[in-house]
Amino acid sequence: MTRALEAEGVAIIARDLTRRFGTFTACDRISFDVRAGEVFGFLGANGAGKTTAIRMLTGLLLPTSGQATVAGHDVYTESEAIKRHIGYMSQRFSLYEDLTVTENVRLYGGIYDLDNRQIRDRTAAMLSRLGLTRAARDLVRDIPLGWRQKLAFSVALLHEPRIVFLDEPTSGVDPITRRQFWELIYEAASSGTTVFVTTHYMDEAEYCDRISIMVAGRIGAIGTPSELKQQFGAHSIDDVFVRLARPVQESPRP
Amino acid sequence: MTRGVRTDAVVVDSVVKQFGQTTALAGVSCAIHTGELFGFIGPDGAGKTTLFRILATLLVPDRGGARVLGEDVVDRLWSLRTRVGYMPGRFSLYQDLSVEENLRFFASVFGTTLEREHDRIAPIYRQLEAFRTRRAGALSGGMKQKLALCCALVHRPEILFLDEPTTGVDAVSRREFWDLLSQLKAGGLTAVVSTPYMDEANRCDRVALIQRGRLLAVDTPDAIARSFDRPLLAVHSAHRYETLRALRHYPHTHTVYPFGETLHYTDARTDVSVEQIAREVRAFLETRGVPRVAGGPRAIESGAGSPLHVESIPATVEDTFMARMGPETAPRSTDLTRPTVPTESTRQRHSSDPTRSETAK
Amino acid sequence: MNARRISLTALRGLLIKETYHILRDRRTLVVITLLPILQVILFGYAIRTDVRRVRLAIVDPTPDHTTLALRARFAATDAFHVVAVVAEAADLDPMFKRGMAQEAVVFDPSFAQSLGRGLPARVLVITDATEPNAGSIAQSYALSVIDGYERELRAASSAIRSREIVVPGALIVPEVRMQFNPTRESSNLFVPGLMAFVLTIISSLMTAISLTREKETGTMEALLVSPLRPWQIIVGKVAPYLVVGFLSVLGVIVEARVIFHVPVHGSATLLLGEGLLFILVSLSLGILISAQTTSQRVAMFAALVGTMLPTLLLSGFIFPLESMPWALQAISYIVPARWFVTVARGIMLKGIGLAYLWRETMVLAAMALVLLVLSTRSFHERLE
Repeated sequence: MTRALEAEGVAIIARDLTRRFGTFTACDRISFDVRAGEVFGFLGANGAGKTTAIRMLTGLLLPTSGQATVAGHDVYTESEAIKRHIGYMSQRFSLYEDLTVTENVRLYGGIYDLDNRQIRDRTAAMLSRLGLTRAARDLVRDIPLGWRQKLAFSVALLHEPRIVFLDEPTSGVDPITRRQFWELIYEAASSGTTVFVTTHYMDEAEYCDRISIMVAGRIGAIGTPSELKQQFGAHSIDDVFVRLARPVQESPRP
Repeated sequence: MTRGVRTDAVVVDSVVKQFGQTTALAGVSCAIHTGELFGFIGPDGAGKTTLFRILATLLVPDRGGARVLGEDVVDRLWSLRTRVGYMPGRFSLYQDLSVEENLRFFASVFGTTLEREHDRIAPIYRQLEAFRTRRAGALSGGMKQKLALCCALVHRPEILFLDEPTTGVDAVSRREFWDLLSQLKAGGLTAVVSTPYMDEANRCDRVALIQRGRLLAVDTPDAIARSFDRPLLAVHSAHRYETLRALRHYPHTHTVYPFGETLHYTDARTDVSVEQIAREVRAFLETRGVPRVAGGPRAIESGAGSPLHVESIPATVEDTFMARMGPETAPRSTDLTRPTVPTESTRQRHSSDPTRSETAK
Repeated sequence: MNARRISLTALRGLLIKETYHILRDRRTLVVITLLPILQVILFGYAIRTDVRRVRLAIVDPTPDHTTLALRARFAATDAFHVVAVVAEAADLDPMFKRGMAQEAVVFDPSFAQSLGRGLPARVLVITDATEPNAGSIAQSYALSVIDGYERELRAASSAIRSREIVVPGALIVPEVRMQFNPTRESSNLFVPGLMAFVLTIISSLMTAISLTREKETGTMEALLVSPLRPWQIIVGKVAPYLVVGFLSVLGVIVEARVIFHVPVHGSATLLLGEGLLFILVSLSLGILISAQTTSQRVAMFAALVGTMLPTLLLSGFIFPLESMPWALQAISYIVPARWFVTVARGIMLKGIGLAYLWRETMVLAAMALVLLVLSTRSFHERLE
């Protein structure tokens, strides 16, 4: 079944993916597909299992049971191949602050096996796109937060991965930079990169093609933003979230 | 709890604070009334934490001054520390102590006990009671936040400073937290909150928009939203990115940004009516073939409305924030990534505040 | 609520909280309880510079009753373990190389004859000195066995004109006579130094870590914005470690007593008092270190380098100060552990009191005072 889906251009396939830590089930049989070139929003409260799920998909954690394929590679047996074909950027760590912009790019280029010419060309293109050419030799720590995040995203795309995982990439960043960041995401998606992003900003959920919301280790809802709003009779994803998470107070419409 | 008749709870007067080369606060002034629920809205690095630390007597301003509850924050720190409640960012709880032990500790530090103050924190504590013996480190983000609030309240302060209490916490817990704050305000407490989430501005009585050490506005959320200086259009289309790109090539675009399910558009012209603008934008997009762009059938099929919709909408606090702050210029350059957006540097030139911009090194 | 009431309740609250931290942090608990015990045992047993069962080879080309008598003496003491008796010295070389023998006693072929005639009888003692410390001790053991034999001979044959038994070939080793340590047990020497070491870990290292941990997690901010004065915060945080340190000293003394039979010839009360003084010094150092940084790791590193290393190397704990270059000896004067080790050794092994130790006590007291003042000052009431 997975082969058929792959042929259709499905970037990520998860079927009954489960992860337990002792008696605690962080992810409980989650199943979803992410199509190639899609911007997929992966939402959920802290502790709902998002981080665990991402770790399983990026080859950092083995699932307890279930199956998953990322960029055509199995998460159990081909985690190294997965790492080579994906990009990753998290809020907590993106670039080395005590290295310059260029040094960072060179470092990651090297890690992903790009040759010097590729690194040079892509760096120049990236910096010019972001308007950071003159800051190429600045330490990353001296660059404002918003620019750092945009740079980190571009670096995650340096080796032209098929899928890029973004973990709360716009946390704490000002509203304009956030939107510029999302334009970069759109640009990446339109050239075929699949973007898998988590966020706490509910309005950003609306920017995604499809979203899923995890509640207590399970996928509580999945679909396009409009579908979910209809399904739950809500005006915004924020509302959907509330109705999902607190079903006692507000019951979703059938 | 409240002091006399209309004495402002907090008065900030031209406060400047620098850390080495960085200017955290570049001359901030405002007043917070007693009994208000006041919000400082701004992203990371705006100066919120620095300001709160000054108001909580933890830092001394380089220039300017501040008074809290009528007392100077520099000279009267020991008096203020008994009257002020402060919740620093990152929750600041003892991870290896239980909920109850944390509360007892903070009560004891102020010379009181949990029992004596129980009724004060009851409404919040009720939500935590089931987890009384659980270690604080094992609580969820939302619970930690409530516990931190309790700990800040347990000594019955007259004013509360909460630094980013909702950051990193899920949407539901955020809502609940603001509900709690409203309850506290109803009980007469003055609360000053900082947050990066623009939508939370609407839960405050008044807000101050803060960015890069300067206040962009201080007023009620409604007034700030209404102060948006141009007509605002919402463009709703099935294929957002294409529409965005198209509009960036539209000659009259002043700003266009994604905003939830729509795009917010402002026009560069000031002499044209909003209906006219809407018509022209719509026409432009249709000539670009926007509604006929393939690849977005799902939205249309699910009945989200017509593929292209342009209408005038009232501005929100976020729109105003973005209009006032201008885009961040790239380090070491006055170039812009977006040619249609006004420059930050022009804004700075008009400002009278002595600011050392972070980009000017 | 008046200020005094706040102080007492607050202090109690702080102490309770700190106790919870100590009891619940597994790492701290392990360090505090197990480590001192482990160290006493380790140092006591494993790292003894006593030498036992030296592997001895004997070369006796012409055995007779005199050589056999001396050989018997070597075999009788458990300082030596006779691994081989050979007739030719040439056989020694491979034994040394293989490490089969650590020391060899070579009798001259004319040993018995010379003794009988009253001429110098030669015995060669060869020692494997690749480990110089052990080597020289093994050597001196051998010499003392020979010495004992010689005296016995003299006593037995007083009628015969005594001759010296010359022992050529042996290096002249300055015999370190432990006047108050007749069995030359090195554990006696170690225990006072060990006490200093353990106390330094608990009082400096743990305190520094505990204070910076509050800074790292951000709870320090919450503490600062309270009516607590800096000194109260310090006292509250540090007092439990004082208690723990005290108990550790007791523990080490009891353990040394029971396991190694190290005596406390002098006043135990005085020892505990001096211990308290030393703890205060170490605590202040810990506080000073924590004031310089917000990172636990940096604090730990600084405590290790700034307090533990000097205690280990420059207090006379393991390495005698007298054999160090004068520059290091000068530095050791500012290492608090140096003074405490002197005091502790004096009380435990020599049984002396303040009359002899007043100078060291004064130095410790002065250090405690100065450091306490400095450390309280370093703790600001604000974030900067």
